[in-house]
Amino acid sequence: MGLQDVLFYYFAIVAVVTALMAITRHNPVHSVLFLVPCFFHIAGLFVLLGAEFLAAIQILVYTGAIMVLYLFVIALLNLTGVRGRRIAHRQSFLAAIVVLILMVQLVVLGLTSTFPGPFEKLAGASFLGNTEAVGAGIYTTFLFPFELASLVLLVAIFGAVVLAKKEAGE
Amino acid sequence: MITLTHYLILAAIIFLIGVLGVLMRRNIIIILLSIELMLNAVNINLVAFSHYLNNIAGQVFVFFVMTIAAAEAAVGLAIIVALFRRLETLNVDEINLMKG
Repeated sequence: MGLQDVLFYYFAIVAVVTALMAITRHNPVHSVLFLVPCFFHIAGLFVLLGAEFLAAIQILVYTGAIMVLYLFVIALLNLTGVRGRRIAHRQSFLAAIVVLILMVQLVVLGLTSTFPGPFEKLAGASFLGNTEAVGAGIYTTFLFPFELASLVLLVAIFGAVVLAKKEAGE
Repeated sequence: MITLTHYLILAAIIFLIGVLGVLMRRNIIIILLSIELMLNAVNINLVAFSHYLNNIAGQVFVFFVMTIAAAEAAVGLAIIVALFRRLETLNVDEINLMKG
């Protein structure tokens, strides 16, 4: 096994284990804190795949912004009184069966399918670094979706403020 | 040798952990966290395909998925705050105002 393989298995196993820990904790704060190493290791997988820019964005956006947002909301809500007895839903058994079936299907599909061989690199793209290549993609082919994404974020800001603000009567 | 299949199966496992979290948990915050896990699994798939097919479009898509994930988290958490203020609960079983 080369270094790449060892690193892949390390990142994969830690990501899966922390994800499992995250969805089985009683305390939502622990769940959020378990997801932080999970996202870090997924960023490690991105580095292995040569996507350094996305690895940096993954750490900045997911662990830096989204997880902190979750922690702030959990801190904002006074959860001391709502600690439930049972964390699992009544339909857990059924859910586990459905997930097991889905898992078998996906693994079989992954193992049996073949994928088209590696395509030729685009002309002139070989000397570009990963960040330049992503930037070139965003600002040329995907310019319109990129502008649309900024609009989505703007609407989300307004939506979050309107939804979370106290009504006048309260 | 790590192939595309390794990444696909890893992404499938993480996605299914997210599905399990959505279906099994009663806490609405954990359900929202599980959705983030599923989005991350999709991101792994997109980056893996981008790497093995030598096409940058996959990585640009991950960029957009992260944008949507951030927007979704902000709006979702705002809804949770509004809901908690009104019902004093995070248990999805007790959130049944729309029940006939």
